[in-house]
Amino acid sequence: MSKVYLSHHNIVSALGFTAQEVVDNIKNEISGLSLIDDPEVFNTPFYGSIIPTADLTNAFKPLEKAITYTKLEKMMLLSLHRTITASAISLNEKVGLIISSTKGNIDVLNQTTFPKERAYLGALGSVIKDYFGFKNDAIIISNACVSGLLATAIAKRYIKEGVYNHVFIVSGDTLNPFVLSGFNSFQAMSNKPCKPFDKERSGVNLGEAAASVLVTSTPDKLCPEAVALLGDGSRNDANHISGPSRTGEGLFRSITAAIKEANISPIDIDFISAHGTATLFNDEMEAIAFNRLGFNTTPTHSLKGYFGHTLGASGLIETLIGMHSLHQNTLFKSLGYSTHGVSKPLNIIEKTTPQKNTIFLKTASGFGGSNTAVLFKKVN
Amino acid sequence: MTKNSYIESYCTIKNGVVSLNGTSLFSEATPEFSAFIKQAAKQLDTNYPKFYKMDNLSKLAFLAADILLKNANLSSEKEHNIALLFSNRASSLDTDRKHQNTISDPDNYYPSPSLFVYTLPNISLGEISIKHKLLSENSFFIFERFNANHLHLNSRYLLNNNKAEKTLCGWVDLDENHYEAFLYLVGKNGTINHNTEEITRLYKSP
Repeated sequence: MSKVYLSHHNIVSALGFTAQEVVDNIKNEISGLSLIDDPEVFNTPFYGSIIPTADLTNAFKPLEKAITYTKLEKMMLLSLHRTITASAISLNEKVGLIISSTKGNIDVLNQTTFPKERAYLGALGSVIKDYFGFKNDAIIISNACVSGLLATAIAKRYIKEGVYNHVFIVSGDTLNPFVLSGFNSFQAMSNKPCKPFDKERSGVNLGEAAASVLVTSTPDKLCPEAVALLGDGSRNDANHISGPSRTGEGLFRSITAAIKEANISPIDIDFISAHGTATLFNDEMEAIAFNRLGFNTTPTHSLKGYFGHTLGASGLIETLIGMHSLHQNTLFKSLGYSTHGVSKPLNIIEKTTPQKNTIFLKTASGFGGSNTAVLFKKVN
Repeated sequence: MTKNSYIESYCTIKNGVVSLNGTSLFSEATPEFSAFIKQAAKQLDTNYPKFYKMDNLSKLAFLAADILLKNANLSSEKEHNIALLFSNRASSLDTDRKHQNTISDPDNYYPSPSLFVYTLPNISLGEISIKHKLLSENSFFIFERFNANHLHLNSRYLLNNNKAEKTLCGWVDLDENHYEAFLYLVGKNGTINHNTEEITRLYKSP
């Protein structure tokens, strides 16, 4: 059966509006996190990664149409525009559109510029579909923090089942009082740059971003960083709605399922792009799950120190960075880590280093007990 | 290789009626959702204290799923890999509006984690997974309207590729005073073919 690939892609984030720019910043250990002391964003100063509205407005200017777009829509349209352009694919009935977002335009509940109907995720889907003229309605995935990664596994199904030849995925979430107030009420937010897997970690930083990718089975549509999707697994912890399993059971099973489908051995995995939110419970859960699978020496990073947690976009963005990591044969540093702070040994990447890489594992876990694991292998 | 799969059972909750395989189990004329679902859960022996702390969307999804899973007589001796493929139109907006109300007024600011956690539609899947010990795949989709094609395709893929032994699929939508749940269980046994025509027929049946 033909392979399914992730190919042309884009990232719109605090670290830049192209994947290349973002990856260059990561290589230079530049973080998109900063202290955000702006009552317009949130009533309390916090660390997070935010896209400067003026920069976005500028970049979006050539793409303006007759209607007014929300910030999230501009981010997603800009990202997807660049990916569609690079792909040079005409949007016929065999091209699908998948959108992943946890909260979409939820901030319209609290303002008067846009009608409240814009808060429906379906409205976001229509805006994106209509802007580009997709022939099919958007398939929207809203499955908490695994959404962006789960979207790649679901895109694969539509291609394998012959429904679509190509699928464009666009993922995005914004920083807004709705989400910030909620995470703050959980006392889950750190008031310093986050430190995944570190002894001094004190919680999550939230961020905003959009990302997009072409998923295809057509070999002549591949970009230099393209990867094949080897296998995927999603398993619920069946344990708690807002806390991860103490044994990492759901994540353990997700990874096991992905490895089985990929038909590889755990030792073939060159590095792991973990979820690594820098909350006490998440990082500990991941350390336990990874150790149960014998990954205690596999190079591992969390990219939350660069972007913060970008919710429904995080799984896709971190996958795209992983593609560049394979292509450049370079392991990217897990920013914010210096002293080991979980109960099991892990090989956290402390320095950006050259290393020949072929296969990486991307994982994500989220509220509702969800976990997703996907294995990717470089093509070129 | 394509294997035969069947719709083994289905449950509908709408217009004050809870029904299983087309037969009414409970009906109550009250137009108010909270009172209705509470009464239904009591009458149908849901017997699960956590039910009462769930948000409205989770209550709706949970009750329909609980009816189907109890009716399926699954052995408690072994685990069941039953994937959950749910969808709706309003996501978690009913609860999102409530969370928004807790933060709109700076002088009356009281966001709470117990409410905020329900501002994700897939929390309902987590609640069902916890009660029925389902360590399986969960996906929550948002569509403008009930879409049998997408549910069927995802379900067929999971079953044909041995990613799940059964799937529990459907639509659970709750928005303002409107509520509607239609869930169905797909597996190897049954008489109703698993295809989009049958899914749509059952969804539209009164």
